[in-house]
Amino acid sequence: MDSVALHPIEASTLAPQVDLLFYALLAFSLGLGIFLTVLVLGYAIKYRRGSKADRSGERSRNTVLEVSWTTATALMALGIFLWGAELFLQRDHPPPDSLHISGIGKQWMWIFEHQNGRREVDELHVPVGQPVVVSLSSEDVIHSMFVPAFRMKMDAVPGRQTQLWFQATRAGTYDLFCAEYCGTQHSEMRGHVVVMQPQDFAKWLASGPTVESLVQQGQALFRGLGCSGCHGPSATVHAPKLEGVYGHPVGLATSQTVIADDGYIRDSILQPKKQVVGGFDPIMPSYQGLITEDDLGKLVAYIKSLANSGGTP
Amino acid sequence: MTIAADLPERGSYFAPGWRLRDWLLTTDHKRIAWLYMSALLTFFFIGGAAATLIRIELFSPSGDFMTDDTYNRMFTLHGVVMVWFFLIPSIPATLGNFLLPLMLGAKDLAFPRLNLASWYVFMAGALITLWAMLVGGLDTGWTFYTPLSTMFTTDNTSIAAIGVFIIGFSTIMTGINFIVTTHKLRAPGQTWFRLPIFVWTLYATSLVMVLATPVLAATLLLIVADRVFGIGIFDPAQGGDPLLFQHLFWFYSHPAVYIMILPGMGVVSEILPCFSRRPLFGYKFVAYSSMGIALLGFMVWGHHMFVSGQSTYAGVIFSFLSFCIAVPSAIKVFNWTLTMRKGSVTFETSMIYSLGFLGLFVFGGLAGLFLAALAEDVHLTDTYFVIAHFHYIMVGGMVTAFLAGVHFWWPKMTGRMYSETWGRIAAVTSFLGFNLTFFPQFILGFNGMPRRYHTYPDEFQVWNVLSSAGAVVLALGYLMPLFYLGYSLFKGPRAPDNPWDATGLEWQTSSPPPKDNFRTPPVVTGPPYQYELPEIDRPADQR
Repeated sequence: MDSVALHPIEASTLAPQVDLLFYALLAFSLGLGIFLTVLVLGYAIKYRRGSKADRSGERSRNTVLEVSWTTATALMALGIFLWGAELFLQRDHPPPDSLHISGIGKQWMWIFEHQNGRREVDELHVPVGQPVVVSLSSEDVIHSMFVPAFRMKMDAVPGRQTQLWFQATRAGTYDLFCAEYCGTQHSEMRGHVVVMQPQDFAKWLASGPTVESLVQQGQALFRGLGCSGCHGPSATVHAPKLEGVYGHPVGLATSQTVIADDGYIRDSILQPKKQVVGGFDPIMPSYQGLITEDDLGKLVAYIKSLANSGGTP
Repeated sequence: MTIAADLPERGSYFAPGWRLRDWLLTTDHKRIAWLYMSALLTFFFIGGAAATLIRIELFSPSGDFMTDDTYNRMFTLHGVVMVWFFLIPSIPATLGNFLLPLMLGAKDLAFPRLNLASWYVFMAGALITLWAMLVGGLDTGWTFYTPLSTMFTTDNTSIAAIGVFIIGFSTIMTGINFIVTTHKLRAPGQTWFRLPIFVWTLYATSLVMVLATPVLAATLLLIVADRVFGIGIFDPAQGGDPLLFQHLFWFYSHPAVYIMILPGMGVVSEILPCFSRRPLFGYKFVAYSSMGIALLGFMVWGHHMFVSGQSTYAGVIFSFLSFCIAVPSAIKVFNWTLTMRKGSVTFETSMIYSLGFLGLFVFGGLAGLFLAALAEDVHLTDTYFVIAHFHYIMVGGMVTAFLAGVHFWWPKMTGRMYSETWGRIAAVTSFLGFNLTFFPQFILGFNGMPRRYHTYPDEFQVWNVLSSAGAVVLALGYLMPLFYLGYSLFKGPRAPDNPWDATGLEWQTSSPPPKDNFRTPPVVTGPPYQYELPEIDRPADQR
């Protein structure tokens, strides 16, 4: 028992904003709660049987009073709602210069992969002062990545990709928890986020065991899994070319248009018949069950890297 | 027997006899209420025992008392038993069953046999689930989240789910029975706005039971189908969606929160006016707010899922609707408080419990504002803050109201009085013990301790030790009534027909009531809660 938790460390740009809301709510709740407690106890004592208090006058209903406290409550509620929602909406808008990292939850560990291919387990190294987007997925059940010091949490859900972002404001080592119950060793699925000065981080990132970058590994998989047989430059099968696809609109056979984002690429590998590109036959087999979350992330990274090669289709 | 059966009054509802079949084959709503009462109390103490083991484990940060699997089974047992075997049926099936016909001046519920059937169905479902949990073990948590529950746990999940599925039918039977009874069996002159608030809240609760429970039934069957036949509706590898489960589950389970708390609100709405000798303040607002809560309760389920992968804008809408439901809850609190104003307040045991309810419900409700505020919920959800919040509502609110009601109507139900001194001591003990147990959990949650953790980092230990110590006091507060109420059952002084000088129809018949409730059918001529100040407190000009 070395210390007592009283107030969690604030280590992200979001943390002080969330805490301001917390303490405003706390002040409001304590104010109202104590007011009501004093009122209840006050009435109970003042009007106890046999007391000398004045009891004249009627007062079993009062419409003006009812309407005023209903309105007051509604306005307070609306105010708190707007405050909480406004902060929450930042969630969907990570700054454009963010560092992208992929995170995978599996019973009972966290695996993180940096763009250059450096992997780590139950530890996540990030630089201070730069926004970081973690794209989350899961290999088995639902997990939830929770960093109390960042006031940030997001579920990792099998079969879909979610993301969270944060910008760390001070160097240090912070708790990383799995917050969604995930079976036997749920409470052991803990780790740390290590926030470093940018130059230290760069050194750390480069110092790891030399591995190929995610893109290079993805390219190898692209060949290994036979993707290039149809989608490659010399393929004879009638399949869409992938150069310049990522981030651009794609016309579907249903004459709808979608933007080819991470989710779309992912879905197209796992459930190719869901959204078929216009002018092509639905002949691609599903890779569901044939490819791990880890490899899927690499393939997506590779297809992303093709975004600026070749012309816009 | 020496229990109330030997009362000199001819024809109390105990008179037909004490043989087993007089109880197990009865269609008397008052006896069925006791069948439920004995079953629910047993389950409450089983769930409480699981909670005790959890608190012992959390006394220290390392998992040195039981294994992780055992711990996971314990909190699952605690949740499943407390939610489905105790909280959902608690007040409706016991006090509601006993009192609804009495408050309406009726001989029984509309469908007495259905009422008995509901008890057997309940017991069948409960015993199946309990067997699955005790013999094989269930470690999904009471929430059965997929794909953990469908693809990663033992075979008992299907059996446990089928048990809960069966319990659902019992809930629906009770709901239908109450709705029909309220519509068809009111005494002459008893218009809707002459109904006691307890009847209003039972009615609102019954609507929720009938409308929400089928969704739970469907959801549990889908889990079983996914497990047994591999239909893959929640399995992403087969094109299913694990989030669909959460939507379906909370579509039932959030309204279920109101199944649990509304009847408690009804109970204190009866008790506060009685011991303030004043009519309930703003009767119509309290009645309408009960219906408002029941209705809005169906539209807020997504606030359990702000970080689940549900779309951001869905989150915003669910947050807004969740703040809306704060309004009718606040209206009730203000009206209860003002009921005491200019009254003549006395502090009988049930009044102390009701005042405790008021305080704990207010703080539990205010904590809900934190969780409904989106950005704050991202930090607090799935931590001990949530645990503290819903225990303030479910235990501080509902269990306290249940105890308030049991003490208030005990003389009517048994024909015996109990020791007010011991009653007051127990009420105050459980209030203090409750706060000591659960307030530290708010602090733990704010500091980031996730729920369902078997082991935890050292810095959380102080608050966990406090919480465990509080649980000892709380357990003491809950065990005491077993003794003095048990004593009262056999040796308590005979209760007069109306010991609290209360106004409800149930107090116009004898204690305990005859088998058919009223010797002459009552007629209602005015609104409820026509309390008058006693002589000593009346203003000089009105004496």
